[in-house]
Amino acid sequence: MELDVMQDRDAVAQAVTEIIAEQAMIDRADISHDNTLSELGLDSLGLVECIFGIEERFGITVPFNANTPDQPEFDISSVGAIISEVEKLVARQAA
Amino acid sequence: MRRVVITGAGTLNPLGHDLRSTWDAMQAGHCAIDRLTCRDLDRLSVQVGAEIRGFDPVAHFERGKLSLLDRFTQIALVSARQAMAQSGLQITEELAPRAGVVMGTAGGGNTTVDDNYRAVFEEGKNRVHPLVVPRLMHNAAASHISMEFGLKGPGLTVSTACASANHAMGQALMMLRSGMADVMLTGGSEAMLCFGGLKAWEGLRVMARDTCRPFSRDRSGLVQGEGGAVFVFETLQHAQARGAEVLAEVAGFGLSSDAGDIVAPDLDGPVRAMRMALADAGVAAEELGYVNAHGTGTTANDRTEAQALRLVLGAHLDRVPVSSSKSMHGHLIGGTSAVELLACLLALREGVIAPTMNFTEADPDCALDVVPNEARRAQVEVVMSNAFAFGGLNAVLVLRRV
Repeated sequence: MELDVMQDRDAVAQAVTEIIAEQAMIDRADISHDNTLSELGLDSLGLVECIFGIEERFGITVPFNANTPDQPEFDISSVGAIISEVEKLVARQAA
Repeated sequence: MRRVVITGAGTLNPLGHDLRSTWDAMQAGHCAIDRLTCRDLDRLSVQVGAEIRGFDPVAHFERGKLSLLDRFTQIALVSARQAMAQSGLQITEELAPRAGVVMGTAGGGNTTVDDNYRAVFEEGKNRVHPLVVPRLMHNAAASHISMEFGLKGPGLTVSTACASANHAMGQALMMLRSGMADVMLTGGSEAMLCFGGLKAWEGLRVMARDTCRPFSRDRSGLVQGEGGAVFVFETLQHAQARGAEVLAEVAGFGLSSDAGDIVAPDLDGPVRAMRMALADAGVAAEELGYVNAHGTGTTANDRTEAQALRLVLGAHLDRVPVSSSKSMHGHLIGGTSAVELLACLLALREGVIAPTMNFTEADPDCALDVVPNEARRAQVEVVMSNAFAFGGLNAVLVLRRV
């Protein structure tokens, strides 16, 4: 079971990275978990499109409002932060 | 130059079904934002908006004619009738070719599109009502106004998203100044509080879930509304010749394009539009007594608009009330600047500055006198109304007391 969870987590990280890479039009290999979206050249519109892509890919709803700068419900401070937020949402949905 | 004045104003909006009731609601600080009643509301994450309540189309239009009239056209026609009645204008055979109409709308017959897509895509119907096209077209409101009043001069619709009505009214001003017409009916209307119209906006992630708090530190986005307003514009000479009561002079118009981002607000574009409008009106920034802000309640717009106002007005900004009536009637998209011009007339005619409602906490990024939560008395000679659209198209009007 532990292994399955690890695989699922890898799958989430991989898929989120792919979505971000496509929006940023860069190679997936050039994205690290420490990167912020603005470092990858994504503006607010790119962010909204990433979130849409994530919602469509995982069938989840991401609580995100572009007017709330610190995003208390969904941490977007880095690629890694987004991945762990998506993992939480996917796990909550499976539960 | 031919001077242009307003001699009639009509409206149907979430705050009121005519000019007087709208003024009363603005003065009282009534907020018309409430839970929406549209179909499939449970599938929307944003469930609040400012609807027109208690409007019965059958009381205003023959049943047979209603199949031609999308809600945005109904709003425009009801508003136009009031404006014409107030102006006392008679469209004679001689005047008809010199009288026209310019209306603004962003979504046109959005509700008609929504209903009929639902019929063919969701319900699997293979047939739609034969009049869907003339009902949904963006120029339907302008056309029906021209038909109802026999306006045979210039007629068109302007669609520039959230600045549509200001661009329309600015266009009408230009036509009157240039001598293309002597009388123009102009304004804007919008009715997209249907499932598809709301769903599209929801996708942008800029919508507030509870209410609209322009310039407030805890603002969380815009709230959609529906409605519109129509005005009778005519040359001062024409109004004086027939002894009409003048509500205000349309003194200046400024417009610009950001040529930048499709949605993110810009500083330079709005600054240039405001400066152009003031220069066109021949007034100094220091003469401004009130600004009706674009003030959508999004983080980005309000912060940028405050910066732009500072650049245009300098130290005078500290002495000018700047309010967003969207906190009461919501964002009527293409019709919004027409309804906001009513707040400008309220300031000029009644000496009342409409408040910014739902204001809880000052934002250092928006250092403005936003007239928080309560209307205020003030003697005002010149006012400015801002509209900054998605797509970076800006339109600003300046009105002067006559």
